[in-house]
Amino acid sequence: MEKKDYKKIVDKHKAKETRVQNGIVAFLTGGLVGVIAEFLIQVYSYFLDISTQDASVFMIVTLIFIAALFTALGFFDKWVNFAKCGLIIPITGFAHSMMSSGMEYKKEGLIYGIGSNIFKLAGSVILYGVVSAWFFGTIRFLLFGGV
Amino acid sequence: MTFKFNEVYINNTATVVGPYEKEGPLGNKFDKTYDDLYTGEKSWEKSETKLLEESIDILLNKTKKKKDEIDLIIAGDLLNQISASCYGVEKFKIPFLGIYSACTTSTEGILIASTFIDNKRIKNAIVSVSSHNMASEKQFRNPTEYGAPKPKTATFTTTGGASVLLQSTKTKVKVESATIGKVCNMDQTDPNNMGAAMAVAAADTIYNHLKDTKRDINYYDLIITGDLGIYGKDILIEYMKSEYGLDISANYNDSGVMIYNTETQEEVLAGGSGPACSPLVNYSYIIPLLEKKTLNKVLIVATGALFCPTFVYQKQPILSISHAVSLESVK
Repeated sequence: MEKKDYKKIVDKHKAKETRVQNGIVAFLTGGLVGVIAEFLIQVYSYFLDISTQDASVFMIVTLIFIAALFTALGFFDKWVNFAKCGLIIPITGFAHSMMSSGMEYKKEGLIYGIGSNIFKLAGSVILYGVVSAWFFGTIRFLLFGGV
Repeated sequence: MTFKFNEVYINNTATVVGPYEKEGPLGNKFDKTYDDLYTGEKSWEKSETKLLEESIDILLNKTKKKKDEIDLIIAGDLLNQISASCYGVEKFKIPFLGIYSACTTSTEGILIASTFIDNKRIKNAIVSVSSHNMASEKQFRNPTEYGAPKPKTATFTTTGGASVLLQSTKTKVKVESATIGKVCNMDQTDPNNMGAAMAVAAADTIYNHLKDTKRDINYYDLIITGDLGIYGKDILIEYMKSEYGLDISANYNDSGVMIYNTETQEEVLAGGSGPACSPLVNYSYIIPLLEKKTLNKVLIVATGALFCPTFVYQKQPILSISHAVSLESVK
């Protein structure tokens, strides 16, 4: 049998993924994370009497802490599995990927374990985040000056 | 390539499993079960080693054999450098052959051991395999605490150790023949659909086994593949029909589908996989049926996806292989 005919059989017996449902769940949970973040910003700026910009930093730190803590407690992976991109795309996904890598390679020690592997998943995000920041920053500089 | 064996018999088997297998429909048939995936060890790798080691311990206990009475251990697993096997057999100080052919390692082991025994080089041999869900996730996929969503065609690596003692002295179950499979390639590249990569290897081996032995598909009471899963099973049935004109659906099943309840255990997705999947089902469930003569002739077709993340990232296809072993109840 030709490989392309085999592929037809494989495609015929593929499970139907619930893409629309996944999209709606991700939209709602991702939105919920946004609502919580906005709430945190308001709370921090009101009670600590700081600017919205500073409160945003506090909010990010809080979300990172919560995602890392929940990952360490062992149930955040189930939440991510359910919410999918709703929790992967926000900063919670980044924290989750670093925390889970760090935990996984703890047994291999500080250098060969945690140190070498903590950016296993997050490394791409950092590298291409920095590259694209440079790229778009350059475009902005060329088009609008340093404003 | 099919060999017939004259005097190779199964003395006994031993199985040790983790919590997901315990929850499955065969849960009460295993020799030992654990409720925790760490099985009391500090790492996944040590846990897998323990599963393999314990299955040999239990087997020696059940057969009342001392370790110096065993001529050879053949073992394999999925970890790099088949480490779980090497560390697992170390304490027994029995001559050891380490083998690898992914999830068809168990049948490869049985066919090598049977060849040694049938040629009267040795009197008996233990064949062991292990796999561990978390150790596999760590090695082949993502960190275990990372909640990466998976498609429904993905399979779930079984956690367990399984051992069998083969010997030349007669018992109720005979290793009748074995077929060595070929490496197959259908340009499958999706690591989340291993059933699709492996179905072609199973089909090739079943067809060649029947051709070499001049047997009809109905000769066997049961043909049982290794870990094709729900979707791979359907692919195999359809592919066998269209490629070889053989309808296997009447007496065919798959260990990966049998070991879990795929309806209630949602996390297993398409079913079980891993080197331990096929032997866990066969040793705990199928061989006892052969001993009771509920089944008389069974063809075990374990299936292995020769999956290497590095090669797949380099845009190479996922290869597969399948070795078959025919078991018969002795009259």
